[in-house]
This record gives sequence, structure tokens and C-alpha cells, in this order.
Amino acid sequence: MKYLDEYRDERVARGLVAQIARRATHPWVLMEICGGQTHTLMRFGIDELLPAGVEMVHGPGCPVCVTPLETIDKAIAIASQRGVTLISYGDMLRVPGSQTDLFHVKAKGGDVRVVYSPTEALKFARANPDQKVVFFAVGFETTAPANAMAVWQAKREGLKNFSMLASHVLVPPAIRALLSSRRNRVQGFIGPGHVCTVMGYHEYEDLVVGGFEPVDLLEAILMLVTQLEEGRVQVENQYVRSVTYKGNLPAQNVLGEVFEVCHRKWRGIGGIPESGLNLREEYAEFDADRIFGTQEVTAEEPSECISAEVLQGLKKPTDCPAFAIRCTPENPLGAPMVSSEGACAAYYQYRRHMVAAGPGGR
Amino acid sequence: MPQDTKLGDGLTCPVPIPVRESVLLGHGSGGRMSNEMLRNIFLPAFQNPALDRLDDQAIVEVNGCRLAFTTDSFVVKPLFFPGGDIGTLAVNGTVNDLAMGGAEPLFLSLAFILEEGLPMEVLRRVVESVRVAAALAGVTVVTGDTKVVEKGSGDGLFVNTSGIGLVPGDLLLSADRARPGDLVLLSGTIGDHGITILSQREGLEFESEIHSDTAALHRLVADMLGASAEIRCLRDPTRGGLSSSLNEIAERSNVSIELQESAIPIRDEVQGACEMLGLDPLYVANEGKLIAIVAPAAAEPILEAMRRNPAGCDAQIIGRVNEGHPGMVTMRTRLGTSRIVDLLAGDQLPRIC
Repeated sequence: MKYLDEYRDERVARGLVAQIARRATHPWVLMEICGGQTHTLMRFGIDELLPAGVEMVHGPGCPVCVTPLETIDKAIAIASQRGVTLISYGDMLRVPGSQTDLFHVKAKGGDVRVVYSPTEALKFARANPDQKVVFFAVGFETTAPANAMAVWQAKREGLKNFSMLASHVLVPPAIRALLSSRRNRVQGFIGPGHVCTVMGYHEYEDLVVGGFEPVDLLEAILMLVTQLEEGRVQVENQYVRSVTYKGNLPAQNVLGEVFEVCHRKWRGIGGIPESGLNLREEYAEFDADRIFGTQEVTAEEPSECISAEVLQGLKKPTDCPAFAIRCTPENPLGAPMVSSEGACAAYYQYRRHMVAAGPGGR
Repeated sequence: MPQDTKLGDGLTCPVPIPVRESVLLGHGSGGRMSNEMLRNIFLPAFQNPALDRLDDQAIVEVNGCRLAFTTDSFVVKPLFFPGGDIGTLAVNGTVNDLAMGGAEPLFLSLAFILEEGLPMEVLRRVVESVRVAAALAGVTVVTGDTKVVEKGSGDGLFVNTSGIGLVPGDLLLSADRARPGDLVLLSGTIGDHGITILSQREGLEFESEIHSDTAALHRLVADMLGASAEIRCLRDPTRGGLSSSLNEIAERSNVSIELQESAIPIRDEVQGACEMLGLDPLYVANEGKLIAIVAPAAAEPILEAMRRNPAGCDAQIIGRVNEGHPGMVTMRTRLGTSRIVDLLAGDQLPRIC
């Protein structure tokens, strides 16, 4: 299939692997930021192909995984109310809150629906004026513009029954937080191609923006290893068919019009200053957190799993004693096991058969 | 940079909800949650040798006659879609469950649960589809039932069909009969039905229209059995897709199965839709395809017989049965690496990005 097969071509992929092996004279620890990239690495077994010295560790770029526990609890509290329809993306429904998840709320009679786009939630709100329609908006800079657009549109139409529970997160502050950790061992980053499609790459100083197909990722790894070997520090763009330096300006405009930067808690990581997006004061009438009085909902994450170490590349999911035993996608102990983009879930889904190789076996 | 992250000192994560107190949609997915319900609720209540085979049909002996017996309920939305409707599915689905036991399908029952207010014209169209599909398959609808529930208590129209067929001689096809060295055959492209339904629901359009693959497969099965008796097991990979059926076979036979990604036929439109929607075609439903586990020497003659039948014209050998890692399905990817093809917990959920 055009635009797909050529990026999954075995000959091209093996050629890139050979180039990486020739180029890498030192061991390097690289992190792919985005959960979609982690998913591709695991699904296509790219970690099996890489030379032993090039280690991939998996970043925090799974929006489902990092959505804070208390935000899930807020969504559950709102969805449990009569006369409310809570709408979100599919994989948010399985994420466990403190007590329950949205699937269970739905089973108990809550009106919880899945859509592919927030504009469908708007459509539903227009068609059901007596129902309070809440869109549960999560994600990185990738999904933020479409969500901003929905709120902007709702305001323009004077829609009274639509609101948004917004919990967006931003990539650059997360990278800074990872780098500033005293235990950091990541030497180079593969940047998130979809985020950069929206935002461009002018916000970054040293990474290679990468795509999501196997050949994209291998090419990005090659570019990054080459930089590191040559001692160069610069931003490069592998994903040129989608990403430009300045990004998608209309998308950035609507995002800036509706959202403002805020402090944000990340599930499994903790608070990171200026790492989230909230609705601006001018859009307060669409803020579900205010409308439903859930601002005070808080939740403490019990310390059990090792996801901070996983997210920093200090440990692999398979190093966790609970992995695939007490922690599975049906009963996730931690955030990275929740969504298929989470590092632990990706290992579970695609690489479990390698675990027998020994502790930490790749 | 001062900040209140916990990155420096180890991590925290939420403890999940281990007990499922209510039925969730995922319990109907054909994945792990369905299995859990089957093992915890149904099997302990009804344990008997015919049920314990856990195949698509029960095979019971009455006065020396081996009868295949099966039942299936259909709750598809929308009711009408390119390639068929809920009536076609209700006939072909039950015919195929009988056919996977090697049975010749004979009689069907047909039971409707109708929601008050359903346009009579809709019911007429569905019944006409049942009539045509049954005639094509050569089965007779011999009994039926109708119930009407209040508006809001149903979703327009639900159908249940049960079927009886005759199993020839001492033929025994079962999911526990796969042996190392056996080959895995697939009768055609995967994902057509599931993606057709999903694209109708989501209003997706493609350059060429995708149709449901709904079809009765008993004549294909008869052709295959005519080519060789060395068939161990047949399955039609409906809900949960190819991966769920193969995981079931691997588990029941205590073997592993390795697939070749490049050998699995998928239409471009289906692949494209899956990429766009964040779905894996291995988990998408089919309604007119079968998987056969066959002895290695029988693979070629069976494959030839399949390809001569229109329902199997795209048939391929897609993998083999191995020793080791019992219960596990893996796949050699296009890049030559290996990955697991897992059973999903519940329904496949579209990813955010």
C-alpha cells in the first residue's frame, strides 16, 4: 500500500540498521518521546534489530498514561451525574481512577461515549440541548488544537450545554524535567513527529524529530547516532513529509486563543511547572471542572510500580517484578500498562516472549 | 531547575480495580474478559463433555447420528451495511459455526427481540435477507420466536439463530488437535467485515467501497475435506479476529503458533482504515473467513481445493504450529523480527494519537 509499504520495507530497514551499526562506535542511550513511536518499536521488533550498543528507552509520551489520577476521578465524578454525557477518546475509558473506571460508570448507567474527534461531541451537544455534554480532553500538543477548536466553535455558537474537562500536557517541559533529573542517562531524543507537525520544531535545541513507521524511526536513530558520534548538538528533522520548522500556524493560533499554559501533574511522574494547558479565563463558561465543582477532587497515587524508572530509562518494563504477573493490561498496576502506547503495555503486548531470556532480557 | 517531580526518587502508580462487579462491554469482545466470564460463570454451572470441547459447536450423538448443534445472537449496528445485513449474518454465522465442526448444516431456528416502534419495513427487509441467505446456504428455518420489548429497552432489533447439522462418519475437528509441524491456512483477506461496520458508524468513505465478507462456508469446508481428511481444526475468526481464534487454538492444543506477517492477506482499504483508526487488523472481525490447522503434507492439496472455491480464492498458508511457549501466538514481522500476537483484554480501543 502506497505511503505505508515503503516505510515498512525490510531491505530499506536492514540497510539503515547496518548503517547505524557502522556509525555507532560508542554505546548510546536514546529515548523516543512519543508513545506511538514506542508502539512501533515494539510492534515491529526494531529493538531486536539494533546493534547491542544502541539502547532505546521509552519516553513519557503516552497521553493516556500520564493523565493524572485525580483528573480521571473528576471525569468519573462528572460522568456519574444524571443528565450528563461524558465523551472521550476510546482508550481513556479503561484507565483506572482511584475507585473505578469509566467503563464501569457506563455499565452502571452513566452516559459515556467514545468518539474520534471532539467535533462529534459538539454535534451531539447540538442535537441534545437538554443533556450536559462534557468532552474529556487529554493529549499532547497533537490533540489540543482540535479540542480548542471545539470550544471556540461552541462559544461562537453560544452553545450552553457543552463543556470540556481539559488535561493537556506539553512535550518540551517534560524533556527539560527528564534532563534535569540527577539520574538521567538519556543522551539523545527522538522528537515526537505528530506534536511537531502542529508545533514545528523551533521550541527544541537538540533532538531529531522522527516519524512513526519503522523506516522513519530507524532513519531518525541513524541521524541521532551520527550527531552524537560527531559531537554535534542540533535539531534535525527526519519527518519532513509532515513536519516543518514553524509547524501548523492556524492550529497554534486556535490553541493559544483557547488554552493557556499551566502547572500540571503527570501520572507516574509528579508535577512539572508550565507543562500543561488549561482553558483561558475567557472560556471559563466551558470549563467542566468549574461547572461541576470538581476543582477540589484530589487523589494520591500509591507507590507501588517502577514507572518513574521506566520513564527515565533507568529500568525496562521487564525489570519490574510485577510485570506480566501482578501487572497486566486487564489489571494495570501503573500508568504505562494502561494504554497500548504505554511502554509496559507495549512490552506486554508484543515482547513478553522475550522475557524468558532472563531478567531485563530485551 | 526546581520542580516537584518525583523523577529523582522512584515512582508511583495507581492501584487498579481488580474485581469486576458488573458486566462490561469488554465481556462481549471475545478476548480475555469473555474467557474470564466463560470460565467463572458458565462452565462451572454446566460442565459436560460436549460443552467442555469449547468449540464453535457442540457435537452430540443421538441413536448413532452425530449432530452438530450451535447458537448465536446478533446485535450489529447498523442493521444494514454494504455486503449484507443482520439477517444475512444471522444465517451465515450459525451455518459457519456448524461448518467449523465439519457438519452439513440442515435446520435453523430464528428468534427476534424487537423494540417497540421498529418500522415494520425494517423487519420485512431483515426477514427477506434471512430467507435469501438460508436458500443460498441450503438450510431450512423450521422454528422461531418473537418478543417485543418497550421502546428504549432494546436497540431496534436483535436476532438469535440456532442450528443443527449432521457430522459425517467419525470426523472430529477440534481446537485441541493442533500438533507441532502443522500448518495454518487462512481462506482470504481479514478485517473486511469489522472495518465495513466501523466505517459505516464513523461515516468513513474510501475510494472503493469495502463490503462485509459475510458468507456461508460449509461448501468450502466440504471441498477441503474432499481434498484431505488431515484437517485438525477449523475456526471462523469472527469477533476478536484472527488473533483470538489462533490464541484459543494455541492454548487448547498446548502449542505455539508462528504467523508470517507478509503472508496474511489484507485489502489496502482495510489496512488504510486500520492505520487511520489506530486498530490492528488481526483483531478485527470477519464473517466469511476460516482458519484451518492441517497436517503439513495435506496443506498443498487443501490449499488448492480452497482456491478453486470462490469463498477461498485468496487462501494462503499463513503460519505453522510449533513446540515451546505453549499457548502463545507470535508473528514474524515484515522486518524479520518476532512479536507476540496477544489476546486482548476487552474490545480493541482506538488509540488517541
